[in-house]
Amino acid sequence: MLNRRNFLKTTAAASVVLSAPTLIGRAFAADPIRVGALYSQTGGLSVVEKLLANAVQMAASEINATGGVLGRPIEVVVEDGASDPKTFSEKASSLILKNKIDTVFGCHTSASRKAVLPIFERRNATLFYQTHYEGFECSRNVVYSGAVPNQQLGKYIPWIVETLGKKKFFIVGSNYVYPREMAKVSKKLIEASGAEWVADEYLELGHSEWAVMVNKIKESGADVVLSNVVGDSIIAFYREFKNQGLSHETIPICATVTSEIEIAAMGAEYAAGSYMSVPYFMSIDTPANRTFIDNFRKFTNDPKAVTYHSLEAAYFQVFLWKQAVEKAGNLDPQGVRDAIRGQSYDAPGGKVTIDADNLHCWMTPRIGQWQADGQSKIVREEPAPVKPLPYSAYGETEDNLFCTAKGLDQAKLKG
Amino acid sequence: MFDVIFIGLSLSSILLLVALGLAITYGAMGVINMAHGEMVMIGAYVAVLSSIWLGANFLLAIPIAFVVTALLGLLIERLVVRRLYGRLLDTLLATWGISILIQQAVRLEFGLTFFGIHIDGLGPGLQNVTVPAYLQGTVSVAGLEFNGYRAFIIGVTLALTALTWLILYRTSAGVQVRAIIRNPKMAAACGIDVKRVNALTFAFGSGLAGVAGVMMSGFKTVFPDMGATMVVDGFMVVVTGGVGSIFGTILSSGLLGEINALVAIGTNDIIARAVVFAVVIGVILFRPNGLFSYKGR
Repeated sequence: MLNRRNFLKTTAAASVVLSAPTLIGRAFAADPIRVGALYSQTGGLSVVEKLLANAVQMAASEINATGGVLGRPIEVVVEDGASDPKTFSEKASSLILKNKIDTVFGCHTSASRKAVLPIFERRNATLFYQTHYEGFECSRNVVYSGAVPNQQLGKYIPWIVETLGKKKFFIVGSNYVYPREMAKVSKKLIEASGAEWVADEYLELGHSEWAVMVNKIKESGADVVLSNVVGDSIIAFYREFKNQGLSHETIPICATVTSEIEIAAMGAEYAAGSYMSVPYFMSIDTPANRTFIDNFRKFTNDPKAVTYHSLEAAYFQVFLWKQAVEKAGNLDPQGVRDAIRGQSYDAPGGKVTIDADNLHCWMTPRIGQWQADGQSKIVREEPAPVKPLPYSAYGETEDNLFCTAKGLDQAKLKG
Repeated sequence: MFDVIFIGLSLSSILLLVALGLAITYGAMGVINMAHGEMVMIGAYVAVLSSIWLGANFLLAIPIAFVVTALLGLLIERLVVRRLYGRLLDTLLATWGISILIQQAVRLEFGLTFFGIHIDGLGPGLQNVTVPAYLQGTVSVAGLEFNGYRAFIIGVTLALTALTWLILYRTSAGVQVRAIIRNPKMAAACGIDVKRVNALTFAFGSGLAGVAGVMMSGFKTVFPDMGATMVVDGFMVVVTGGVGSIFGTILSSGLLGEINALVAIGTNDIIARAVVFAVVIGVILFRPNGLFSYKGR
């Protein structure tokens, strides 16, 4: 693969890429609008977060190709969070104070989001956060474009009980806040559906020795596994599951984090037959999604790149921001945040709308079953987008909102 | 009960697989080889690359990985470690540096990413190895169900341990290695080419790590950082067993693996890990030289 022609081709392509910014710069007379992209470019989380940064950059370049925002091009300033919450907080300060940027797309883990949150709130800046997360947050300075527990679990658990006919849940997760909050919501839903949970177990982040846990699943008498396991632990988990003779036909793993990325990394045969609940799947068969996948593969120069929920959200959040800026007519952060309430966009995975109350995102929950080719077959799809309820674990319902445009209602949270 | 013993045996064999190579390099040569984990990682990547590029069977990757990592070990010994014998802390620092270099080399695809060239199977992402169907799922023997892949790991570990024992105790090269373990200067005085034997020993230890890597690749994620945590476990086993004693290493890996399984099944993996560390600390407190150790003269 390393012959002279290829080398020349690559060099030629590289020089085009390098000269591209100046071409774009010339096409616009106006000053660019600078926005931040704060993702880990180094460290353990960089594998995933670099892709998210790519999605933001791709959205910006598409917007620039069609005339920019308010007639001005977008310039994305990428900062490296280095997989470390403290670095995230330093880089957020640097973007906001030094670079005078007030719109940042960024963060992947809840730990990094929590670390930068005070800076955005104190400096009246806006963070766009795309990862599905545990909820329990009601910041006026964050636009959350990922799913919250009620959108991932609300229809998932009843579906597992009614359609799959499962009665005994084994809940397993990585040991940190997201899996624990997901377990909390799950237990309520499991009990409300008339099923029971037999165990709620955790393993350290990054743990890859699953012999004992899978043995416990085997012995527990559970007929379904609800997995909130994250990261590379997922791969060792699914492999051990099959190696100990368990089958997704009898005891399916129903996951909330296992995405196309992990499936590709574990080998599709280990996950075939298991389930996943998330609003976006790469297999969504619409022209918009096919274009999105093609463009992303071209943009990253990787013909085998996969797309997944957080990646799609990282991409469409930039368009929501653009619409809000155009509605507000200027770049005042408070004005843009007011304007983004109720904004809708036709994302690759379908229509998304920023909620007028809590700045989270309406989206269409789907359940996919992994197939032998590493893609999912969508087995259930909500007829319409579902309202995000970040406090559903604490009793928030559509008729009784905890988080509104006025902020969090502390009294309801305590009661 | 059978499950507990089998899982314990499996955990033990994985510990031993990584520790065996360390027991030789650390025990025989007094080199704290922090790059040992990266040798495991390279072994795993050999399995990934040989299946992508050579279409090689998983089993065939075992000898290839042994040769590749043994040669890499030889290179490291010749270039760096050779100059540092007898300087324990310096070997630690130098090999740690090497381990970072190796990690980055894999992550940056040996620098080719700078030219926009991507090699399938390298890079910072997660990789996987296809395990043959007969090693997936379970096998039942005498009414008992075994996890096929774990039984295979136990088998390979036993074979490697037997091989190592044979070489050390039944060949003339082994006699020389054991002489160097006891007293390198006296060994040299008796006409043993210490430098040459050391280089070969280091290469053999690295090769063992490479085989361990192939075995890991079948059930763990393959990525550039994967070796970093393994080297810690490896040293833990070697120190508990007694530096320089193959038998001690085997025994301590068995002990720690079974304790881990027993506690993990009774409570959970997090507590099991803590108990294992407590046992190790206890052993070091009361037997600073480990469970078995030679007295150097």
